[in-house]
Amino acid sequence: MTDANMSKSGAVPVPRKSLLQPDARTKRRNSAEARFRAYGLAAVGIGVLALVMLLVSIVGTGSGAFKQTYLTIPVHLNEAKLDKKGDRELANLKKVTTIGYAGVLKTSLNDFLAQEGIEIDGLSDKDAGKIISKEAAATVRNAVLADPDLIGTTQDFTLLANGRIDGYYKGRVTMDSAELDGNVTPEQLMLADALKERGLLKTKFNWAFLIAPDASDQRPEAAGLGVAILGSIYMMLTVLILAPVIGVAASIYLEEFAPKNRWTDIIEVNISNLAAVPSIVFGILGLAIFINFAGMRASAPIVGGLVLTLMTLPTIIIATRAALKAVPPSIRDAGLGLGASKMQSVMHHVLPLAAPGILTGTIIGLAQALGETAPLLLIGMVAFVREYPAAWSPESGLFGEPSTALPVQVFNWTQRADPAFVERASGAIIVLLIFLVAMNAVAVMLRRRFERRW
Amino acid sequence: MNDMRIMERDVDVNEIKIAARGCQVYYADTHAIKDVDVDIEDKTVTAFIGPSGCGKSTFLRCLNRMNDTIDICRVEGEIRLDGEDIYDPKVDPVQLRAKVGMVFQKPNPFPKSIYDNIAYGPRIHGMAKTKADLDIIVEKSLRRGAIWDEVKDRLDAPGTGLSGGQQQRLCIARAVATEPEVLLMDEPCSALDPIATAQVEELIDELRSQYSVVIVTHSMQQAARVSQKTAFFHLGNLVEFGETGQIFTNPVDPRTESYITGRIG
Repeated sequence: MTDANMSKSGAVPVPRKSLLQPDARTKRRNSAEARFRAYGLAAVGIGVLALVMLLVSIVGTGSGAFKQTYLTIPVHLNEAKLDKKGDRELANLKKVTTIGYAGVLKTSLNDFLAQEGIEIDGLSDKDAGKIISKEAAATVRNAVLADPDLIGTTQDFTLLANGRIDGYYKGRVTMDSAELDGNVTPEQLMLADALKERGLLKTKFNWAFLIAPDASDQRPEAAGLGVAILGSIYMMLTVLILAPVIGVAASIYLEEFAPKNRWTDIIEVNISNLAAVPSIVFGILGLAIFINFAGMRASAPIVGGLVLTLMTLPTIIIATRAALKAVPPSIRDAGLGLGASKMQSVMHHVLPLAAPGILTGTIIGLAQALGETAPLLLIGMVAFVREYPAAWSPESGLFGEPSTALPVQVFNWTQRADPAFVERASGAIIVLLIFLVAMNAVAVMLRRRFERRW
Repeated sequence: MNDMRIMERDVDVNEIKIAARGCQVYYADTHAIKDVDVDIEDKTVTAFIGPSGCGKSTFLRCLNRMNDTIDICRVEGEIRLDGEDIYDPKVDPVQLRAKVGMVFQKPNPFPKSIYDNIAYGPRIHGMAKTKADLDIIVEKSLRRGAIWDEVKDRLDAPGTGLSGGQQQRLCIARAVATEPEVLLMDEPCSALDPIATAQVEELIDELRSQYSVVIVTHSMQQAARVSQKTAFFHLGNLVEFGETGQIFTNPVDPRTESYITGRIG
C-alpha cells in the first residue's frame, strides 16, 4: 500500500520510519535505561566504597594488636626478697605479691643496664623500671611458683614492654607526645631505642592477643581475647546444636503438616514479627527466664547461647520455610504417589532438596548471633573475666562458668581510656570478622557440596 | 486409527477393579465432581477425556486419595477397590497408594540416581531383602518401563539428567516397581514430543496385560489409540462411559459428539 492510497481512504498518513534512525520515543527509553544503569552502578559503588573504608580503617587501627613489643633481660631472682625464710615453702612464696616481684624486676633491669653500659641522661632507676609492663611481675611470679628452685638463680625472661613503649614502635607514641604524657618520658623511649639496637627489645607476633585473658585498664599490652573467644565458641556450640534442630523441626511441621487455619496464621505472623524484635528484648527475656526464674548463672555462656538461640530461631524458621516452599510440589507428589508416608516424602526428598537453603539460613542466623552484643550485656557477659571458663564443671554444669564474648569484649575495650585499647578493640573486630568470613566460607562450601550432587 | 482393531478389543470382559458410586468432590464451596458412577475394569486401559477443568484429573486423584493432600478438598460417595471402600476411615492412604500407583503430568524423577529412583518404592515397602533382590527389581522395572536399554550403562547417573521422554518412562518404571494393581496416569504425554509419546503409548498397551491402567488425556487420538474404555467428563459430570470404539464412532450423548468433533472443549 502506498501513502497516496492511504490518504485517499482517509487514514492519517504515517511517515515511513527507518530502522537506522532511532525515533524520539526509543531514544527516551534508551536514555532512561542508561540513567538507571548509572544509578545502579553508583549504588554498588557506594556500597563497595563503604566496605573498603571500613576494612581500611579497622585493619589500619587493628593490625597493630597482632604485634607486641617484648623485652628480654636476665632477671636475678633474689632469694632475700622472694623467699625470706629460704625453705621454698609454697604457702610462704605466695605471700610475696607482684609488687615484690616488680621490685626484683626493676633492680635486675637497672643492674643489667649498668652492666651493658647503657646510660640515659635524666632517667631515674624508677622510671627505667617502668618500661617493663606491670604484667611482667605476674609472669615472673607464676614462673617462680611453678618452679620454686628458680629462686636464687638468674634467668633470661622475655617480658612484655609497657604499652607506651609498644605504642612508640607502632607510631602511637612519639618523642613529642611523650613530653606531654604523664605516663611516659622521652628518656624511657631513648632507653627502649638503646635496648632495641642491642636486639633485646623485639616486636613479635602477638599470640597472647588471641589466647590471653583480658587485662586491667593499666595493662593494655597484656589484654587478650582468649576468654572472649572461648566464650563465643561455647555460645556458638549451644546455638549450633539447639537452633537448627528446633528451627527446622518447627518449619517442617508448619510448612508440611500443620493445617492452614487461624491458629497457624497467628503463629506465622508472630514468627515474622519476632525476627524484627530488637535483640536487647531477647536479653531481657533471657534475664527474666533463664537467670531470675530458672536460676541459671549470670555471665554463663550457656545462658548466652540460649538467648542467642531464641534470637536466631525466627531467622532460621523463615529461611527454612522459604527453602521448603521452593521445593517443587511434584517431588512431594512423586513420593506420596509411590506410597511413601508424608514424613518419608519430606525426609527423603523434600528436606535434601531444601538443605542448601536451610544451611544458608542457619549460617546467617549463627553469624548474626556471633556478632550480637546487646542481649549479652543484659545477662552479665560484660563482666571482667580473667579465668578461662571450663566447658564443664560439676558446680556450674555445661558451659556454666562465667565468660565474656567477642563483641562484648570489643564493646568493653572501646570504653577504656588508654588509646592502646582502641587498637585492641579494632584487633578484636578483625578476629570477629575472620570468624564470620570463616563461617560463611563453610556455608558456601556446604552449599556447593549439597548442590553439586545434582 | 483402525476401527476394526478397536472393535476387536471388546471381546474380553474383565472383572471390575474399581467401582465408584455417587462420587462427589468439593473444593471448599466449588462442586468439582458431581455424582460420578464408574466401573474400572482390571487389565484394561480406561481413558478419561474432556475439556480442561472438567474434573477428570480431580477424579483420577480420588482413586488413590492424592486429594487428601489438598486441605480444602472433600470427597463424598463411595469408591471401592476390589470391593473395599478406599475412603473408609480404617484405610491408610499410604497402603492404598502402594496398590494404586500414579504417574504425573510432568515427569518428576527424584533428584537421585536412576537406580535410586526405581529402588525407592521397593525400599520403603520392604520388597527386597538383599541388594541382589533390589537389583533384580530395578532391572525388571526398567525393562517394563521400556527404558532399560537406554540407561543400563548409567544407573548411577542422575534421573533428572535424562530427556523428557526418558524421564517419563523412568517415572512409569518407578511406579511399576512397587507392583501396584492399578496405574493412574495424569496426562503422561502432555510434556513429550510425538516420538516419546509413541513410546509411552506402546508401553501403556504392554502394561495392560498386568495392570488396570487409568489415563487422563487431552488428546482424543491418544484415547482412541490406547484405551478400551473411555469416559467423557464435562463440567464435573460423567457424561458418557463406554467402549472406546462406541464413544468415538457412535456417541450417545450430543455433548460427547460435540466434543469429539471439536465443537466444544
